[in-house]
Amino acid sequence: MATSIRTLVLRVVGDSTRNIHHVLGSRVKHSFCNAGITVCRGYSDGKSTHFGFETVPEEDKAERVYKVFESVAKKYDVMNDAMSLGIHRLWKDTLLHIMNPQPGLRLLDTAGGTGDISFRFLEYTHSMYDRQQRQRARSNQTPSWQDLAGHYKTDEAAPSQSRAVVYDINKEMLKVGKQKAEKAGIGTGLSWVMGDAEELPFDDDQFDIYTIAFGIRNVTHIEQALQEAFRVLKPGGRFLCLEFSKVSNPLLERLYDTYSFQMIPVLGEVIAGDWKSYQYLVESIRKFPDQETFKEMIEGAGFFCVQYFNLTGGIVAIHSGFKL
Amino acid sequence: MMLSRLLRSFLTIHCRRSYTVLTGQQHKSTDSNQYNGQLYPTHIPTNPVQKALLAVGSGVAALQNPYRHDMVAVLGETTGHQALIKLRDRMRNDPEGYTILIERPRIRLSTLDLTQMSALPDGSLGREYLRFLEENRVTPDSRADVKFVDNEELAYVMQRYREVHDLLHTLLGMPTNMLGEVAVKWFEAAQTGLPMCILGATLGPIRLSVSSLQLLLQSLGPWALRSGGRARCVLNIFYERRWEQNLDELRQELNIDPPPLSIFQNRKSTS
Repeated sequence: MATSIRTLVLRVVGDSTRNIHHVLGSRVKHSFCNAGITVCRGYSDGKSTHFGFETVPEEDKAERVYKVFESVAKKYDVMNDAMSLGIHRLWKDTLLHIMNPQPGLRLLDTAGGTGDISFRFLEYTHSMYDRQQRQRARSNQTPSWQDLAGHYKTDEAAPSQSRAVVYDINKEMLKVGKQKAEKAGIGTGLSWVMGDAEELPFDDDQFDIYTIAFGIRNVTHIEQALQEAFRVLKPGGRFLCLEFSKVSNPLLERLYDTYSFQMIPVLGEVIAGDWKSYQYLVESIRKFPDQETFKEMIEGAGFFCVQYFNLTGGIVAIHSGFKL
Repeated sequence: MMLSRLLRSFLTIHCRRSYTVLTGQQHKSTDSNQYNGQLYPTHIPTNPVQKALLAVGSGVAALQNPYRHDMVAVLGETTGHQALIKLRDRMRNDPEGYTILIERPRIRLSTLDLTQMSALPDGSLGREYLRFLEENRVTPDSRADVKFVDNEELAYVMQRYREVHDLLHTLLGMPTNMLGEVAVKWFEAAQTGLPMCILGATLGPIRLSVSSLQLLLQSLGPWALRSGGRARCVLNIFYERRWEQNLDELRQELNIDPPPLSIFQNRKSTS
């Protein structure tokens, strides 16, 4: 509200020209359909994909997903708590328990956004390291001088060996994540990289664990993301995916659907001021393949021993696979 | 036997239909603007349950944080159906209001000719409106778009009401501080009967200081209520064609008493 009129005039002119382009674009497409000419002609290769229940050209999906997360970034964590009544924390904790990471591993937290998985990973490995140290101390009540000297050498090395890379396509989400890390005082072992899950800027065989939590359904080409995951994992590395999935129980499914379509956009409007982004969220969940289909997709990328664990009746599923 | 089977199938169809109505939005996925029953570009169709949830949620959010103008807007949209119908009928029954409903003018920076307006004489509606916008550093483009009104004409009435708000400030001579806003809200509540205005008018004074509250209750409030009740409907005025009209003359035409002289006038006279 507190901007001068002159700067506003410039912004309004910019907005109106952008609107004109958008309106023209959609009108041109519509007239093509009316004339019976397929949309393919005149556009790239005409491939389209889903954006929630809307059908959009493939090139547009990434940009639209970007805009969704750019607008919800600041209220992302609050909304997660409100929508899932805090249960998303339990889901993420379960992912860590299944992962059971040992200290000294390298994690690639794809679509890591605000950093929830990476923070948990570092906390887990640090506390495991402390526990291991205590056990070692307990079982080693009368250490020799050589043992003590050995301990001093390895003391500082091990905790910082656990490293997590938070990788996300969206700058705003990473910004929020960085602020969270600063506030929580988590610094060592954490790095922030911006990029696309379909094209990882890392060499082959780099990471011990690859996770993608509530992110893979927003990727335009899921198979490509899976192949990239396979590439950057070390042999013996583990792929873990936490994602919304199909509910098996029909009664629960109806309750879940009603809750999703009635409450969640309303919560989005009231808390984040953004109905449409949360409408997209609940629609995109319905468009994602079910547990078995996704398992086959993961196997198709080359992973072995693929299994999935249903949480909360199938609302959420954790898929796991190994690169051998 | 046949009857019970008939009854059962009727019930299941009815239940299925009502279920689809409730979650209807999820089942349509064609690629067009109207795929979910959109009546205007910014329209988001909602069912009564969602509207009730929105009304309650936005009310709580607006009370907690009065700077969330989007929540005040949502509250107005979800609770204002009856009042909007009455407003629309008042507009239809007035010749100028009827013209507005047909032509659908929008007050936006892109539609205003700022250079021409600033060249108008002092005391004219256009010049005073521009002065108000500059002094209070507000812009007509910051009004939220109407989203949850399920009728295209009523949505326009709501949008017009929002865009006329700043002009009301000019007409009433009220600045945009808390006391000025509450005075304008009292006027609007008396004129439009929108539940959101009435709520704002009753809860607004809570945040006022004692001296402001005194001013409100003694002089500004009664004047606002009186003017609001007596004045011609402010939505019926085609402001965009009256920029050259003298402000006092317009006030007389609309039956609005000039504001009682108070400390506010000092701010205006220093410009």
